[in-house]
This record gives sequence, structure tokens and C-alpha cells, in this order.
Amino acid sequence: MGSPVLRLVAQRIALGILLLFAVSVLIFAGTQILPGDVAQSILGQSATPEALANLRKELGLNDPAIVRYFSWLGHLLTGDLGTALTTRQEISATLLPRLWKTLFLASWAAIVSIPLAIVLGLLAVRHRNGPIDKMISGFALASTSLPEFFIGYLLIYFFAVKLQWLPAISTVYDSMPFLDKLKAIVLPATTLVLVVLAHMMRMTRAAILNVMQSAYIETAELKGLSAFRIICKHAFPNAFAPIVVVVMLNLAFLVVGVVVVEVIFVYPGMGQYMVDHVAKRDVPVVQAAGLIFAAVYIGLNIVADIAAILSNPRLRHPK
Amino acid sequence: MAMAQAKPQRESDILLDIRDLEIKAAIYSPDEKPRDVTIVDGVSVQTKPRGESDILLDIRDLEIKATIYSPDEKPRDVTIVDGVSLTLKRGKVLGLIGESGAGKSTIGLSAMGYGRGGVRITGGEVFLNGRDILKAGVQGLRRLRGREVCYVAQSAAAAFNPAHPLMDQIVEAALMHGVASRAEAEKRAVALFKKLGLPDPDNIGKRYTHQVSGGQLQRVMTAMALCSEPDLIVFDEPTTALDVTTQIDVLAAIKDAIRDTGVAALYITHDLAVVAQVSDEIMVLRHGKMVEYGETRQIIEAPRMDYTKALVSVRSVEHEEKKPTDKPVLSVRNVTAAYPGGQIKVLQDVSVEVHPGQTLAIVGESGSGKSTLARVITGLLPPTFGSITFAGRTLPPKLADRGRNDLRELQMIYQMADVAMNPRQTVGTIIGRPLEFYFGMRGRERDARIAELLDEIEMGKGFIDRYPAELSGGQKQRVCIARALAAKPKLILCDEVTSALDPLVADGILKLLLRLQKIEDVAYLFITHDIATVRAIADSIAVMYRGEVVRYGSKTQVLTPPFDAYTDLLLSSVPEMELGWLEHAIKGRRMASAGH
Amino acid sequence: MLNLKRIPTGALLGLFFTALFLFAAIFAPLIAPYSMSQIVGDVWGPISAEHLLGTDSLGRDLLSRMIYGARTTIFIAALATALSFSLGAILGFMAAVVGGLFDMVVSRFVDLLMSIPTLIFGLVVLSVLPSTIVTLILVMGILSSTRVYRLARAVAVDVNAMDFVEVAKLRGEGTRWIIFREILPNALSPLVSELGLRFIFSVLFLSALSFLGLGVQPPEADWGGMVKENKDGIVFGIPAALIPAAAIAALAISVNLVADWVLTRTTSLKGGRD
Repeated sequence: MGSPVLRLVAQRIALGILLLFAVSVLIFAGTQILPGDVAQSILGQSATPEALANLRKELGLNDPAIVRYFSWLGHLLTGDLGTALTTRQEISATLLPRLWKTLFLASWAAIVSIPLAIVLGLLAVRHRNGPIDKMISGFALASTSLPEFFIGYLLIYFFAVKLQWLPAISTVYDSMPFLDKLKAIVLPATTLVLVVLAHMMRMTRAAILNVMQSAYIETAELKGLSAFRIICKHAFPNAFAPIVVVVMLNLAFLVVGVVVVEVIFVYPGMGQYMVDHVAKRDVPVVQAAGLIFAAVYIGLNIVADIAAILSNPRLRHPK
Repeated sequence: MAMAQAKPQRESDILLDIRDLEIKAAIYSPDEKPRDVTIVDGVSVQTKPRGESDILLDIRDLEIKATIYSPDEKPRDVTIVDGVSLTLKRGKVLGLIGESGAGKSTIGLSAMGYGRGGVRITGGEVFLNGRDILKAGVQGLRRLRGREVCYVAQSAAAAFNPAHPLMDQIVEAALMHGVASRAEAEKRAVALFKKLGLPDPDNIGKRYTHQVSGGQLQRVMTAMALCSEPDLIVFDEPTTALDVTTQIDVLAAIKDAIRDTGVAALYITHDLAVVAQVSDEIMVLRHGKMVEYGETRQIIEAPRMDYTKALVSVRSVEHEEKKPTDKPVLSVRNVTAAYPGGQIKVLQDVSVEVHPGQTLAIVGESGSGKSTLARVITGLLPPTFGSITFAGRTLPPKLADRGRNDLRELQMIYQMADVAMNPRQTVGTIIGRPLEFYFGMRGRERDARIAELLDEIEMGKGFIDRYPAELSGGQKQRVCIARALAAKPKLILCDEVTSALDPLVADGILKLLLRLQKIEDVAYLFITHDIATVRAIADSIAVMYRGEVVRYGSKTQVLTPPFDAYTDLLLSSVPEMELGWLEHAIKGRRMASAGH
Repeated sequence: MLNLKRIPTGALLGLFFTALFLFAAIFAPLIAPYSMSQIVGDVWGPISAEHLLGTDSLGRDLLSRMIYGARTTIFIAALATALSFSLGAILGFMAAVVGGLFDMVVSRFVDLLMSIPTLIFGLVVLSVLPSTIVTLILVMGILSSTRVYRLARAVAVDVNAMDFVEVAKLRGEGTRWIIFREILPNALSPLVSELGLRFIFSVLFLSALSFLGLGVQPPEADWGGMVKENKDGIVFGIPAALIPAAAIAALAISVNLVADWVLTRTTSLKGGRD
């Protein structure tokens, strides 16, 4: 492992951290500097001027924006996500359990969709321009156009209401047995899988195709190697990085898709929590949840980039 | 006590197979005790059967088709190779030659039962070692490829897997086919590296593709092909992508390796002079059909078909050298240039002159700075030092500061005519715009002038509404010439304008440029890597090497000995259409390959 | 020029449905059988001759609401697309041609915006701003323009590096000729197909926001909002919510098919086989 690789990886991580700070500024600015008054939003139009002034003072709204940003950031860095305006509770106490539930749902969707997408992508490459490929790309076209709630309610309508195999509402609580939890998330996880699958598959297909059309694959074929050896020895080491990139980008996509899916299935995760508090205009909660979503998204993107760096022979074996 | 086996390993492949033979004789002498003397110690001999299997490869009436997919139309089949037959004896080399689209690579790959992309072998028979490989099936082909027949690609840089060290890939075929053990194969590979003149033969196999230069990779790939000791190697333009001084080394290495190992080869190239050096027989192909097929000497010295004659006499464009005038149209004085941010000087103290109505050829290999010189003259890259005088005025170094007349009188033609024309504009707009822009011509006057220019480039006004995509390569370059002429320039910079074209088409362009020079009295600054082109068109020559002009003068001066070391290397590296040139050239060299 | 027989079936279907939705949106008051807010029947009435798609959660005619909803959805999405396109394409072309500091500042800011998932950023902004139609168009337009910017810049940088642009520069042509006559015609085909994709994105984004209750506010209704209004019926086996959801899907698929066809058609015109 040469030093250029370590340096690049370190650079990429540093850039990610920098980006995260910039995002925190943007999220803060988005909620504080935009022409909306938080106090007014909370108390409504009928609030008395005294009440407004009191609330502003309590929220520290009279300080300059920069002071408020750094105090917010300082608390964030010590793990203090602040206090919800509506419930007056510690945000982290409510948010963290919900974050785990969201990750539970997203992981199951990922566990199902990643292998499926790679296998289907391989199939599409193997039967390129044939009926299977056309079917798969047609399905991909359709499913990138479908809103999450169409797929979600369709699944509920048939599997929960008509066939009554599965619950329409995904209630999950901590003391629930594992298998019951799984049963509860079958429908939302399926929805998520259907949402990301097509995109992931299309990108996997392109990545594999790109490798399979390179000259060194032809060389391997002209050496009389078996198809298995060509794929394992020659295609896979080169296709690995692009596929990891595809997977990571789609996981990032999945984390966002979770928001709508949680609302559809009334799943007690972070997405639903965030949406509820946007409607209630509970800014500290929205900021905290927004930042966590952004952090996960940025983190997955960093992993994708690092995978690409690590698998590049030019960087691993410098001149 | 002899132990010999005569059991064929594979049917009809090996007639006699003697392994590790040891023969001893007992000597009885009167003074001593009888003792054993070893007469033969550990000798192995294999012979292949004679007679009919003297013929290694026998292709009969080959037909190859490809399916073309276009978005608006139904897929349709085109015939790429039509009724080609050939035979190749063991240990012989057959050259396949033709322009792009002649089907030569396709035929070469058919000897491995392989079709690239949507290409299918639709008819005929391909016998290798007496078996029709088209009937061998997937498994049969797999056993044959990399064992009996190997492949050397045009771009070894792309053909090696970037993820593995070279050695793993070189011995792979030998290991997979059970030809040798890993240790044996690696030993053999190192011996081949030595034979092919690769530096550091013991360690080069540990490197990765990106750590080895192009010319070396081409030799490494040849070693890979030879490693499993095949009967046949298909060389697919193995030296085309290399610089001319590197090409000669690789060519010589390949030729030696072929001779010493006794392998047979199909050598594919578009350069008749190259193929004449390595092959015993030559087949000339055009549009997928055979034109002529014969002994190398006969093809080079007494071609029968017109097309072959044209190929042999290509680059025979002749041109009378003109005397320099007292007033050059362009003089470049002491120009030094570097790319922004770069510390390396791409040009160092370059001074050259172009005289009115004459041609200065700038010759050099990749990295010599010859194209950079053109960018400096046009003002795209302002020099860090030096000046450029054009038509009596000193040009501002930056393009933005130059007057319209300066721009008009200095035109440029590019190597890739495809990208030098806006694909969304018609030929009429492309040629007409300079007329509008510089002379304010409109309507009928403009159209008449466009028609005139189209006549001058031998195309006619029927092309006025065509788009670039509807033109052939040669026609595109002609339109670019017309666009430059439309500005009525005093000087045209020609940057490798014939390099991307097939030899006959390139000849046509050169003849056209010479004719136009007479009519329009325009000067050319002609940038090229090809000495034959220089001979054809230049009045004076500047040889460039690593950013400097190493030799400069009239054509006769520059091309007459004594030479400096680089010019000698460059001139002696250009393949000539002459048998035995390669050996002669290698022997007479004073400087090792310039590139690496 | 344009031979109807040569249009593939998929694109033809896409064109037909896109035109149908557009027609409904433009002539909504003329073709809708009832008004949008008038209660005309029972809650979640079944499909009948009077109410071709049944009635909704308050007893309003679903077909009429769908037709008016088409108007709101397409109107907002189209304006957001127009905004994202003019903003993204102009900045992208300028960044490519001008280069330097301008390019760097805009490109880094776009990188920053794109490092936050669009929906999440939309939610953060909407937690402060009122959900008016203007806000929605602005938020969607600006967030979506980042992708247009990237594409426009990349394409323009590519074309700008071509020899024919250098020929024009050497001829002495001005920046206007270079952008409009040399670069734009060659950048158009990827941009036109992107236009379709941005429109689909806007439709889906708006629908998601409305579905979450943060988009178009009642009594106005778009398709996403209608899914929200009727979603509680699903558990009782009433499929009313599926109808606007399906309409969104159908619109998105149709536009996708057309965009796909435009892309293959225009790239093949260029003469390049790849």
C-alpha cells in the first residue's frame, strides 16, 4: 500500500468533513436567515407582541446569526442536538432510537436489493440486446418514473387489504420479537427495494458492460480461458470499484427514499419524525434530522470514492 | 541401452517424441576395466509429421458478416469479408495488407475462430493443424486459443489487464493449457524478454501496465504470445501506434523472435513497407475481398493488379524544391514556450522561416513540440520569449490582440477533419462563413465563390448542402482545405493533415495541396512525423527533438549526410519498400531508440 | 421529414399520453364535468356513470379533481423546470466559456448543494418558509438547476475543446457566435433529453411534498395532495388514492419515453456511431 493512496484517502476524508461543516452552515442558514420568523411560526398569527418577544429571547433569536451558529455547532459536536420547540424534550432522546429504526429498515432493503441488482445487471449484460435485457431496461424505465407512494399503496392495497397477508401499518417497538419486526417491515422494505432496484441495476449493467468491452477481456478470451476464469480473474477486479460506487450512490438514494416510505407505512423512523416537525415548524428538530440525513449521505459518497481510489492499480502501484 | 518413445501426444500433431534420452556405451580397452561412457545425455526431440500437415493454416472461401444496429432502422447485415482463401505453411509469415475497412483484422481473428462485436463467420472453412476450427465448438476453440494460436494486439497498453502484474498474464495461457509449470513458464518468459531486448528482463514481469512504455509493452505482448509456444501468432498492427524510431526496434525484435522460434505468423498492417520486412508472402485486401496474393518479392517488385501498384508507388509524389527568397512570409525568432503552470519548456529557442509560396516541413516524433509551435504561431499559446513576424509585421503574442487581417492571412488545417468541422453545419456554411466574415460576401456572390472553391478541391457544388457526417475521410479534409483557402491566406499551418488517412487518400490530399500552392501562391508550414510526406512536399525542413530544432535548412541540405545523431536515427527508421531494409537499417544505427 | 411510421411504439405512446395530460391541464374548466370543490355525492362513492372515477374523501367528483389537479401539477412542475433550466444552462455555459474564478465559485457551490439530498434540503427550507406556489417553484427550480448546471457545463466544456471551436476562435469570431452557433447546436440533444428528466423530477418532487402535506395546500389540490386526502381509504379497500398516484406515474413514464426517444434520435443525427 503506497503512500499516494493513503494521502488520497486522507484527502477525501478531510474533504468530506469540510463538506459536512459547509452543509451545517447551509442548513443553519436555510432555517435562520431566510425570511421567515421562527417565533411567529410557532405562536401563529394571533400571538401578542410580548409573547413573541419572550420566545425570541428564550430561543436566542436576538443574538447575531454567527453567534447562534457557533453555539449550535458547539452543542452538536458534544452530542447535544438541542431541545424540541414543540415538546420541550431533548431531541437526541427521541431521535436516536428512531435513527436505528430507519437504519434497520434501510439495511434490509439494501441486503435484498444489492445482490438482486447485481445479478439482474449481470443477466442484462449476458443477454445484451436480447428480450431479457429489453425487459429489464423497460422495467427500469418504468420504475424510475413511479412515485414511492404509488408502489407503497399498491402493495398495501393488494397484500394488506385484499389478501391480508401482511400488516398495512408497520408498527415496530423495541420489545417486539425479531421475526415480527421483519414481518412488519416486509412491505416498506419491498417498496424501497423496488424504488432503488431499477436504478442500481441500470448502473451496474453499464459498469459491467464497460469492463466487458475492454480490450483485456478480449485478450483473455483469445487466451482460451474459461468464462468463469475471465469473469473472476479479469473482469471482477476491474468491475469491483464501479459496482461499489453504484451501490453506495444508491444506498444514499435509499436513505432519502426512506422519508416518504416511512410516512406511507406510518413507520416510527427518523423520516416520519422529520416530516412531522416540518409541519409543526419545529426548527431545531428539522435541523438535527436534516444534518444527520446529510451526514449519512455524504458518508456513503466518501465510501464510494475511497473504494474507487483503493481499487485503482495506478494508485496502488505508482511508477 | 536406448529409451525412445514414439507415441504421438495429440493426433497428427507429433510424429516422433523423444524424451530425456540417455545413451551409454561400454568401452572395452585392453589396459583398463570396461567402463561406460555417456554418449547422449538428456536429449528430447519432437518432430511433427511431414506431408499434408506441412500446411498449418488453410482458410477456404471465408465469408464474414456483421450486424449493424442504428436507432432509426432495423438491424441489417453487411458483408465484411467475402470469399477469401489462403494457406500458411509452418514457420512462414503471411502479411495481410489493406486500408481501413479492408477486413484484414477480421480475417486474422477468424484464424482464432473469433469475431469482434457483432461479427460472425457465416461461411467457409478454417483449418488449423488439419482440423476445421469453425466446427470445434466453444470448448474446442478454447483449447486452441492461447495454445496453438496466440494474438498480439495493436494497443498492448489496453490489452493487458491493469489490475494484475504483467508476468501473471504472460504465463496465464501456458498454465491454463497445461503447457508448462509456473516456474518453467516464467523462466521461458524471462528468456523471451531477453531475446526481445527488453530492459531488466528479470524484473519487468513484476510491473503493471501503466509502469511500462508503449514500445516495451508491445514486446511484452509478443513474449506473452510466444510463451505457450504456439504454432501461429496473429500480429494485428503491432507497431502502428508507435513512434517511428520505436517502431523499428519492435519490428526487428518481432522478426528475430519469429525466426528463432520457428512460429508461423499472420502479420496485419496497413503499411506495405513494414510488412515487406517481415513476411514471406503478402495478401492485398480491399473492401473485404482479395486483390492480389503472392511472394513478398513479387508483390513489391512486380505487382500485377492496379491497386497493388498504387500501394507500392504510394508516396511517390514528387516536387521540385524552390530556392528561398529574401523576404520570408513568416519568421519565428528564438521562441521559447511552456504550458501555463508547467515548468517544462515545450519549445526552446526555436527559430524558423517560411518563404512565400513555399513549404516548410516541421518533422519530429510525439513530444518533440512540433504541434506546440503551431499553437504559438496562431497565438493560442503566447510564448514566454521570442517573437513572430508575419508578412512584415510583428504579431502580438496573444490571439485576442491580433487584427482581423492577421487572422485571415494565417489559416490552419487539422489532423482530425471530423472534429475540425461543426457537425451541425453544412459544407456550404462551413466554407461560406469565412467569406461572410472576412469579405462580407452574401447571397449569390457567396454561393458562386463556394462553388468555385468546391471545384478547386475537386468535389463540385453538389456537396454544398451535405453535412460532414455524409462525407468520406478524404472529402472532409478537402472541405477543411477549402475553408482555409476561402480566407485567401498567405500561410496555412497544416498539422499532420494526412496522418489519419489511408495512404492512397493521403497521396491525393498531398497532390491537391501542391497544386493549390501553385495556383494560389500560398505558403505551408507542414507539421508531420512522416519523412516520406516531407520528401513529397517540402522546400525546407526543420527537424525537432525534445522542443528544439536540431537540424534546419533546405530539403537537400537536411536530407544529405553527414547527419547529426537524431536526424540519422529518424531517417534510418522510416521503413522503405525494399527487401532487407530492416537488417540494413538496424546495423547502421548510431543512436539507440529516441523514445525510451 | 418526420415520418410517423419511424417513431417507435413506445415513443408514440409517450407522445399520446403527454399530449392527453397537457390537453386536460389546459382545458380543465371546459372538460371537467363538475367543479373542483363542489360536494356532489357520498364519501368515497364507487365508480358510476355519473362519477367515472367515483368520489373522494369529502364526496367531490374525483375525475373533475383529477383534471384540475393535472393543471396544478403540470403548471408548477413546468415553471420549476423552466427556472431550473434557464438558471442551470446559462450558468453552466458561462462557467465553461468564461472559466476561471467564476467557474470555480459556482461549481463549488453547486457541489455543496448537491451534497445534501434534494428532498431533505427541501424539507429544511419548507420548515421556515410558507408553502406557497411561488416558494415551491423557487425551491424546486433552484435545487433542480444544480444538475442542469453540471450537465450544461460538462457538455459545453467538451464542445469547447473541439477543433471546430478553435477554428472559429482563430477566425476571430466573438463569444456570442461561439456560444450560439458553435456550442449550443451541439449541446442541444443532451440538454433536450435532460429537460424531460428535469420535468419528471419536478412532478415527482412536487407530488412527494404535497403527499407529505408540505406542498400545495388545500383547498387547491394537485395529484400528490389528492393521494394524501384519499390515503386513509386504502385500508378499507377503497382504491381512490391509487388513481392520482397512477396518473403521476403515467405522466412520468410518458415524458420519459419521449425524452428517451429524443435522445437516441438526436444523437444518431450527429453521425457518430457511439
